[in-house]
Amino acid sequence: MGGTQKKKFERGSATNYITRNRARKKLQLSLPDFRRLCILKGIYPHEPKHKKKVNKGSTAPRTFYLLKDIRFLLHEPIVGKFREYKIFVRKLKRAYGKTEWSAVERLRENKPTYKLDHIIKERYPTFIDALRDIDDALCMCFLFSTFARTGKCHVQTIQLCRRLTVEWMNFVVTSRALRKVFISIKGIYYQAEVMGQLITWLVPFQFSHDHPTDVDYRVMATFTEMYTTLLGFVNFRLYHSLNLLYPPKLDSKAESELKEDSEDYAMDSESYLEKLSALSSSLARVVSSAEDEEAELDQFPVEGENVEMMEAREKEQRQLEAQKKMFEGLKFFLNREVPRESLAFVIRCFGGEVSWDKSVCIGATYEMNDETITHHVVDRPNVDKQYINRYYIQPQWVYDCVNAKMLLPVEDYFIGVTLPPHLSPFVEEKEGDYVPPEKLKIMALQRGEKSVEQQEDDEDDDEDDEEEDEDEEEEEEDDNDDDNADEEEEAEEKNLKKMEEQRSKSLQVKVTPGKVKAENPARLEQEEKAEEKRLAIMMMKKKEKYLYDKIMFGKKRKVREANKLAAKRKAHDDAEKAKKKKKTKK
Amino acid sequence: MDLFPFQIFSFNAKPGKEDEDDEDLSDSEDSVFSGLEDSGSDDEEDEDDEEIEQQEDGRVNVGDEQQEDGRVNVGDEQQEDGRVNVGDEHQDEYEQDSSDEEDIRNTVGNVPMEWYKDFPHIGYNLDGKKIYKPIRNKDELDDFLEKMENPDYWRTVQDGQTGRDLVLSDEQVALVNRLQRGQFGDLNFNEHQPAVEFFSSELMIHPVTNRPADKRSFIPSLLEKQKVSKLVHAIKMGWIKPRRVEEDSRGRYYDLWASEDPSSPVRHRMHLPAPKIRLPGHEESYNPPPEYLFTEEEKALWEQQDPSDRKLPFVPRRFSTLRQVPAFPRFIHERFERCLDLYLCPRQRKMRVNVNPEDLIPKLPKPRDLQPFPTTQSLVYRGHSGLIRSISVSPTGQWLASGSDDGSIRLWEVCSSRCLKTVQVGGAVKSVAWNPNPAVCLLAAALDTLVLVLSPGLADKQVLSSSERLLGGHQEAEPAEGAELVWCETEGEELRQGVRLKIRHPKAVQQVAWHAKGDYLASVMPDHSSHQQVFVHQLSRRRSQNPFRRNKGLVQRVSFHPVRPYFLVATQRSVRIYNLLKQEMTKKLQANSKWISSLAVHPGGDHVICGSYDFYPLFASASDDGSVIVCHATVYNDLLQNPLIVPVKVLRGHAITRDLGVLDVTFHPTQPWIFSSGADATIRLFT
Repeated sequence: MGGTQKKKFERGSATNYITRNRARKKLQLSLPDFRRLCILKGIYPHEPKHKKKVNKGSTAPRTFYLLKDIRFLLHEPIVGKFREYKIFVRKLKRAYGKTEWSAVERLRENKPTYKLDHIIKERYPTFIDALRDIDDALCMCFLFSTFARTGKCHVQTIQLCRRLTVEWMNFVVTSRALRKVFISIKGIYYQAEVMGQLITWLVPFQFSHDHPTDVDYRVMATFTEMYTTLLGFVNFRLYHSLNLLYPPKLDSKAESELKEDSEDYAMDSESYLEKLSALSSSLARVVSSAEDEEAELDQFPVEGENVEMMEAREKEQRQLEAQKKMFEGLKFFLNREVPRESLAFVIRCFGGEVSWDKSVCIGATYEMNDETITHHVVDRPNVDKQYINRYYIQPQWVYDCVNAKMLLPVEDYFIGVTLPPHLSPFVEEKEGDYVPPEKLKIMALQRGEKSVEQQEDDEDDDEDDEEEDEDEEEEEEDDNDDDNADEEEEAEEKNLKKMEEQRSKSLQVKVTPGKVKAENPARLEQEEKAEEKRLAIMMMKKKEKYLYDKIMFGKKRKVREANKLAAKRKAHDDAEKAKKKKKTKK
Repeated sequence: MDLFPFQIFSFNAKPGKEDEDDEDLSDSEDSVFSGLEDSGSDDEEDEDDEEIEQQEDGRVNVGDEQQEDGRVNVGDEQQEDGRVNVGDEHQDEYEQDSSDEEDIRNTVGNVPMEWYKDFPHIGYNLDGKKIYKPIRNKDELDDFLEKMENPDYWRTVQDGQTGRDLVLSDEQVALVNRLQRGQFGDLNFNEHQPAVEFFSSELMIHPVTNRPADKRSFIPSLLEKQKVSKLVHAIKMGWIKPRRVEEDSRGRYYDLWASEDPSSPVRHRMHLPAPKIRLPGHEESYNPPPEYLFTEEEKALWEQQDPSDRKLPFVPRRFSTLRQVPAFPRFIHERFERCLDLYLCPRQRKMRVNVNPEDLIPKLPKPRDLQPFPTTQSLVYRGHSGLIRSISVSPTGQWLASGSDDGSIRLWEVCSSRCLKTVQVGGAVKSVAWNPNPAVCLLAAALDTLVLVLSPGLADKQVLSSSERLLGGHQEAEPAEGAELVWCETEGEELRQGVRLKIRHPKAVQQVAWHAKGDYLASVMPDHSSHQQVFVHQLSRRRSQNPFRRNKGLVQRVSFHPVRPYFLVATQRSVRIYNLLKQEMTKKLQANSKWISSLAVHPGGDHVICGSYDFYPLFASASDDGSVIVCHATVYNDLLQNPLIVPVKVLRGHAITRDLGVLDVTFHPTQPWIFSSGADATIRLFT
């Protein structure tokens, strides 16, 4: 015997976690300050494995943080700044109350500020880490840059966000890093590849926001504060990696042009940002001889890699290069009703030249009546004056080209034509998934099959149908097996019954020649296999059975969904065909 | 000299006033008429000296005649003394001097005249005599007449202080008219005189005023000194910080990762990066393929669903052109939710199970390798009209006994499916069991509270006689402990049918089980509360005993060990093994099932299963879905190794009646055949 009794909750997981309230008290911060600190430092709650143990026997719902995380927050210099700010507010209130205006002024001048540089460095120890996490930063900055300068947040923040996003777009244009674009109902998704990282961001459409009331803008503002710092440093680094000046400067030619038409703008600085955001001219480089030298891909034969893989990689590389120069030599003109910024960004990313009406935005490089324009992007049913030597296309063509990695035939995108569906480039179809026929068509085009379209359509349809059938068969297979077995047994039963009946009427015993049952050996074998499988499934352990059932359920659901989509498509196509026929008959 | 002109002035202005008051009054009066004139005269003072002298000799004239008129001649002719004569200053002065005594100035001062309303006088003159109101005896008629006759009537006013009528001169009338029009009283005053700016933007070489600078402008202020010293002290003490140099910390960037050291230890091992946002699919497009749009039902369903249950957080929509796409109303919401996720969501690394489901299926030996086992249904035994609870095969394998709810026990020949004998027992038979000893031919059956021992007489003579011996060779039955159990021999009809013994139990018997030797018989009466759940009967001595003194739970099944003197009792959750010789419990087996329903022992005696073992390494389980599953089991000599159980065949044949399918299965003692009895009143043989 002997030894003191161990107290409960003084060891183990109970000591590794701390509730939010206790953490707050430990840090001596108010809840908003604590929230701000957590956001800035990237601390999030943890879900303990044994909640009751950690909660000291109670089952009340509580938020737990790792004690280590909180200790790590304890010696964060920003906590001190928060306290300073609190004191500042108190002093300011006091000065106001006493109407000491000089003191108010003095205090205001000495308002405590803080920097987030060290936090950024700490959270993202390497540049790649920062790039990996930049998605949210971009989304947020693009959102904030579209806010009206009224009340919801500081005007400086909005301006800074705008500046940073413009810088980012300029970088993407210069490095030609854009890969995919997708117009969704929420906004426009862009995906760029920067230093091997795929970065996706969402830009809202250019409309004023209906600010919701159930959103805490303070939280968003804190995030934006962090994100602007992060994005600024990332931009700086990226610009320097391309030998560009930071903050960005237009190159000398563009600058001289800017001087000419800068009278319209009141402020020089403003016009500069506008000019930058017009995205129509290239940026100044640190080294003026800024010819893009095309670095040949070095070939290092890796042992584990065979020749095929190398070739595949090379081909991919070539394809990528081709995609980057897709719009080179094409001259676009944007009509005033199309989203200028997005289109200018995309076109410039792939080497095209772009201009617009002078009254739409600063930075137009050529007029509408320029004879060398090849594509005129229009988003209205008809245009008054059409030039013969250019295509009048709808904006979706530009986006679809980017996603298809090739110039698509323009016929489907002429003015007034019903557009083909705009597909998401982010969907990667696996086996058994539903692939819309439009995607198949594009894939065929990519493979270089340039047959007559109508034919292709039909083929696609056929393929579809086949697929559907296959799917359905697969789905029903299992059921079939069972059914078959049942049926057979039933048949046997019937036979037996008959035999018995015959026996009971045993007076007229009759011997009839038996019929040889034609047996399909393949089918029999299949059945046997299916039965074996069923028997084996019976013997699975409970845990594995559960998992197996779950997986199979998921698979079946997927198939069902794909079938549903295919059926819907088929119904739609049939309806369309019927309509067409009616029309032709009339 | 100073006083004099003032006095005169006041005389002009307001006759009958005290000198002290005069100054103020005259001032105010002055301002009433031509306030600016006065200041103008001040200016003149500054400008030229000659004028000052002029003014000194007669303030009255104040420069010009017009003013003189305007001010003074309030009723000059009418006044008795003819006080002021317009125009001639010298004469004026003289007259005033001379007519001093007749002055009727009222000295009441600035009091409201209505105070004198009820008095005959209206004040006092300089001598302190009352000034009487002028006799006013004019009535309306007089007034009217005067109005008609007097051409000056319209310009006649009554002097409030003296009560006399005054006739205004032309100038006075003009003045009144000017004032009424809001013009200056002074005719000559130029309202729009160009203003002289003293403090203009032009630098002047001379000071504006000639006034010498004050002394205090040379001496440093004491108050300021105090203030400054206070500030200095505050700065010294650090209470006030010097103005910070404004540096725009936001938007000032540098190469943060310049000294990037990839090998630096990552301090935060527990940190998990936030998952990225899911990338959009086709359905989010502004112009999706038609199959992704919702149908009416889907839309209705979407609207009904709780937002958390919805598969998509939005309704797919289609716009024919990009121009028509509106703003997404929940954009800020979604961003905000993402923010909340980032700082409020606990993160956890979820291991995705990436297994091929085919790998999960255990690899089993092929059923073909494990043959023989029953595969097809070959015979159906019909005859019962109720569900068949129990079947049993004789040790020789020739006979099959079945007990049914229709109150009969039927004996069948296995090979021909012919019913040889039907024993009507008059109650639902719960269990039948053939005596496993091949030397005797006895059958035990349980119905209601009875256990019957039958001798079906389906064997050769030797066997029959030995079974007779077993039944007959009993000593005098000593009363069993507890008189609930009654052994009785049967007579008459029952005896003729083959029923030899009846053992009456206190409660309904559920099961009977034979010992391998064939002498002992166990019966089960499941009951929660009683300890008398199991009885062991010895046939040869017609004795019964209750082996357990305590209730250990609801007994489901009992079984004798085939070779060793063990007795197995299955309760709901466990199987207990009792040594009959030592009369103690040897083992308790915990089954991980919720409810043990049956129990069987391997002939070798080392394994227990909830099914039925037989000669072949097969066992079978019956289920209510009307199927019998035949399993092949391999037991190993090494007891640590788990037996390998392989299901080899699912046999179907029984129809499901009243939710019950197969009620009992049993193997043929020598052949790989299986019998099953079902609720559809048939027995089926699978071979």
